[in-house]
Formats: sequence, C-alpha cells, structure tokens
Amino acid sequence: MAVEQPVGTPVPQQGDQTRIHNIGYRSYDGPRLGRSYATRSLYSQSLRGAYGLGRSVKSKVLPMLLFVVMCVPAAIMVAVAVATKAKDLPVDYTRYAIIMQAVISLYVASQAPQSVSRDLRFKTVPLYFSRPIETADYVRAKFAALASALFILTAAPLLVLYVGALLAKLDFADQTKGFAQGLVSVTLLSLLFAGIGLVIASVTPRRGFGIAAVIAVMTISYGAVSTLQAIADAQSLGEEGGSGAIAWIGLFSPVTLIDGLQSAFLGATSAFPGGVGPSNGEGVVYVVAVLGLIAASYGLLLRRYKKVGL
Amino acid sequence: MIATESLSKRFPRVTALDRLTMDIGPGVTGLVGANGAGKSTMIKILLGLSPATEGRAEVLGLDVATKGAAIRERVGYMPEHDCLPPDVSATEFVVHMARMSGLPPTAARERTADTLRHVGLYEERYRPIGGYSTGMKQRVKLAQALVHDPQLVFLDEPTNGLDPVGRDEMLGLIRRIHTDFGISVLVTSHLLGELERTCDHVVVIDGGKLLRSSSTTDFTQTTTTLAIEVTDSDEHPDGTRAVRDALHARGVDVLDGSGGLPGAGHILLLTAEGDETYDLVRDLVADLGLGLVRMEQRRHHISEVFQDGDQAAGAQRKEAVGHGG
Repeated sequence: MAVEQPVGTPVPQQGDQTRIHNIGYRSYDGPRLGRSYATRSLYSQSLRGAYGLGRSVKSKVLPMLLFVVMCVPAAIMVAVAVATKAKDLPVDYTRYAIIMQAVISLYVASQAPQSVSRDLRFKTVPLYFSRPIETADYVRAKFAALASALFILTAAPLLVLYVGALLAKLDFADQTKGFAQGLVSVTLLSLLFAGIGLVIASVTPRRGFGIAAVIAVMTISYGAVSTLQAIADAQSLGEEGGSGAIAWIGLFSPVTLIDGLQSAFLGATSAFPGGVGPSNGEGVVYVVAVLGLIAASYGLLLRRYKKVGL
Repeated sequence: MIATESLSKRFPRVTALDRLTMDIGPGVTGLVGANGAGKSTMIKILLGLSPATEGRAEVLGLDVATKGAAIRERVGYMPEHDCLPPDVSATEFVVHMARMSGLPPTAARERTADTLRHVGLYEERYRPIGGYSTGMKQRVKLAQALVHDPQLVFLDEPTNGLDPVGRDEMLGLIRRIHTDFGISVLVTSHLLGELERTCDHVVVIDGGKLLRSSSTTDFTQTTTTLAIEVTDSDEHPDGTRAVRDALHARGVDVLDGSGGLPGAGHILLLTAEGDETYDLVRDLVADLGLGLVRMEQRRHHISEVFQDGDQAAGAQRKEAVGHGG
C-alpha cells in the first residue's frame, strides 16, 4: 500500500530522494502574464532557435555559417569601394538579396522545418495548445519568428553596405534612399519566403522531407523560370514587346517575384534576361501576387493547425 | 472543480461521450475506462480545445466553451503520448513551457528548478532529454504540467510504459501532488487497480457513458481485512496452521489468503471487527510462543467491488427477466 510521508519528516532509510522531496512545495502567487506574453515567448524562442541559440552547438553551425556567407561579400564590396574610392557601390541594395538567393533559400530550407516540423514530430504542439495560446497565436508567432530571422539574414549585409558607403563618403541622400528601398524589398522577401517555407514544412513531421521540399520549390522554380525566361528572351530578340512573356513567366518563382516587384516599384535594375523588368501595369500583378501568397500561406497554416489540435 | 451536464461529443462515426453528467470535487480523482471509452476526449473538452456537441461543462467554475484560455492558465496537462523534443535539456524545456503558461522569465526559472526537484530529477536535468529513460521522461512530462502551479492537473495515462517500480513511484508522486502540493488531480487509467491506492474518488466511464462515480473509501473501507504472518517454532513447525486452528477454535473465520500465489499460503486473512480482533490475534500468537511477522490492514481491491457490483447487477437483470417471463 502506498506509504505517505508527512511533509517535513526526513526518512533517512529511504535514501536521498525522499529526503529532498520533503523540502516542501512552494506555491506560486506571482503574476500570470497570459496569452499575448506566451505568444511573445514563443516568438522569441523560435527566433533564437532559428539561429541555433538555446539549442545544441551542432544546430548553431549552419545558420551562423549562412549568416557569415551572406555578409562577407558585402564586406568585401565595401572594402573595395573604400579602397578604390569608387563613386558608387558595385551592387544595388535591392540587387544584393537576388544575387544571394541560393543562400537565402538554403537558410529557409534548413530553418523552416526546424521551426515547425520538430514540434509536429515530437508532438510538442498539443502541449502548446494546452496553454493559454490559441492556434492563431502559434501560427503568428512561428511566422513572425521565421520572417524576422530572414529579415536579419537579408538586412544585415545591406546594413554593412550602407555603413560602408557612408564611410566611403558616398552621396548620403542617394545611399539612404537605396538602403530604404533595399529594406522594403527584403521585408517582402522575408515574409514571402517564410510563408512558403513554413507551409511546406508544416505538412511533414519529417525534417529531411521538409528541407528537400523547400529546396526543391525554391530552387527548381527559380531554375525553371530563369530557363524559360532565357528561351523567351532568345526567341523574342528583335521583336517588339518581347519582355511581356518574360515578365509573366517571372510570376512563377518566389525569387523572380521579388525581383520583378522591386524593378517595377523600387527602382531596382532587373536580373531578368535582357535587363528589362515588368512594366508598372505588370508590376501591380506582382504586388498582388506577393501579398496574395503571403496571405495564402498564413491562411493555409491556420487551416493546417486547426487540424493538429491535441 | 469539474462539473459536466449531459455532456456529449459525437464524431461522424462514433459517439465518444454520451450525455455524461458528473461533479468532481477537490482531491485526486481517477477517470477509469477501457481504451476508447472517451477519457482523452473528455480532457480535450475540459481544456476548452474541442467543442462539445451538446451539454455543458465547467472547470474551476469557468465555462469551457467561452473561458478556454483562462482555464488553461490554471490547469496543467500531461499528455499520454511522447511530447518531448530530444535535443534540449529538461530545464530548458520546462522553463519554456512555464513561460508559455504566462510565468515571467525569473519566476519560470525558479519554478522549473523547484518542480524538477519535486518530481525527482536532479543532475540529469541539464542533459538533453533524448538520453532519458522512460521513467525520467514521464517525470519531465509531469513537471511541465505542474510548473505553473495550477489549481488542477489532468494526467492522461501517466503510468503508461513504466515498469512496476516506476509505476509505484509515479503513483506516489501523483498522491503527493494533492497532499503536499495542494493541487487537485484528474488522472486517467484503464487499470482500475492502480487508482485505488491513489485516488479519493473514482469515476468509471464506458462507451462514453457514466458507469459509476463514488469515493474510493466507499469501495474499499466498508470492511477491513487483516493480514497476519507468523513465524514457525519447534513446538509448532507450521505456525500458520497453528494460528489458523486456534483462531478457528475461538470462532473467528479465516479467509483464504493464498490466492493461488506461491508463498502466499503463509498469510492469513481475517475480517477485523474492531480493536478486540487485534487484541485476540496478539494474545493468541503470544500464547503459542510464535513471532508475529506482520499484522496489517488490507484494503479490498476496487476491482473486486466492481465484480461484486457486476454480479449483483447481473443477478438483478436475471431477476427482472424472471419477472418479465
């Protein structure tokens, strides 16, 4: 029969366990900060997790490495610009993320599954929903955390460029405008990539599948779109209005979406073949497509987690 | 603590809960039922995570349909399945879950250290959970349910997968959650026997219907059974038999204590009718010059009571059928 030890009575013959148990229980009368605090806690935990903070040394390696890889070229460009006393930076602020798109895709592929697949795989999700937060809070916290992590990844090199440009005494107004445009562009890119990455990752509890699927969607779509655009460019040489097909094709990959949007509205030079981005009219379609995709991924995540429950 | 009123939950193909009305007070309450009897569904509804098809339920005086978040702030939940990420330490994980319950960072750290110690995790709490034994994992799961000092905690099959020793430790811990920590407990199990030592009150559901709800003392303390074991001496090579005969001579019936188990034949069971029974046994054993190895109270097993209940119900049914015919 279960023997109950009265509180505060040391029972030495039963060993350490009983003795230590008898220190006594203290109840908690402090504040309970509720749902929005819990959501913020989940956000900060996920954001830290996206750079491996608070996790094992092994899981810090990749995100930190990718962060360094993102920033080093910017530092080199700045060094060159300062040393050669150039009139302008070798690369536009808006162009930087497009050049580094492979690194960004790799980051999304590695961290989106880290953020959501683990919770599904180890069934931690039900524990979250047994706390004050609701499904929507979970989705918002995870979405915001990955978007913030991506923003840090993509905005940091722009900051390096901007500070370098100011040190090189380049035109202040010009650089500030470019930097601001760059920030708007990477904000949209962060939201778009985070949304797509999370939707794909939330479908599978297997991290490996998640990583492969995100890489496939990001790089294959970009490769396919670039190839088709190059073909369209080659065939339309000398034709009038040949950029139309190129612009429409550009709608089908996340990288070219951002590229098209920023060359239409943020004064960027397009990386599309022929260097011609979408016109303003086509640009509106790009904006709608980007915002629509962000909203759609949020909606899909909500739907996905409605089902997970306990 | 918990009150339900004709609570029903129907899924397209099954009825998980069928017009269940019950009222559970403070203390340790066992929710017993076979797998699929509706225990987990009940917990989901009580946490405000799954709407009831019909009827209403209150937890801590809060309506589950509208006050889900407020309930979840004051209630702890330990799921039946694995829910621990293997690559973080118990401390980190429980701190995180404490913050998810709304505890400020410093309080979350302090409460985590306290709670992990109370469930019996010491140095190992800094190691990744992946290397823990099943028993240790169960303790971490329990710790995360208690870390925010809830008023009520739901434990879903906490003894699942534990060996007999681990099972006993977990049951002792559950008992202490109420006696030492002052937290009420609703614990589910498909094993009735487990709950008799732990619970003040047992609710049995089957097929989503309430089968029986009463306090454990009702089940087990109507009569006290006394278990006696004595030594043998040269004069009485079979001490047990000598005592049995002596008791028989005094008109005390000895129950069959063997139960078919080897070695159990040395234990005599008799019904205690007050202090005089104890005195009688003491004097009798002393007169025979034997040593009294043990004399302890045995509670009846709840399962026996249910068997009796079933038999009685069966008899009633037969009777009813008889009357009908």
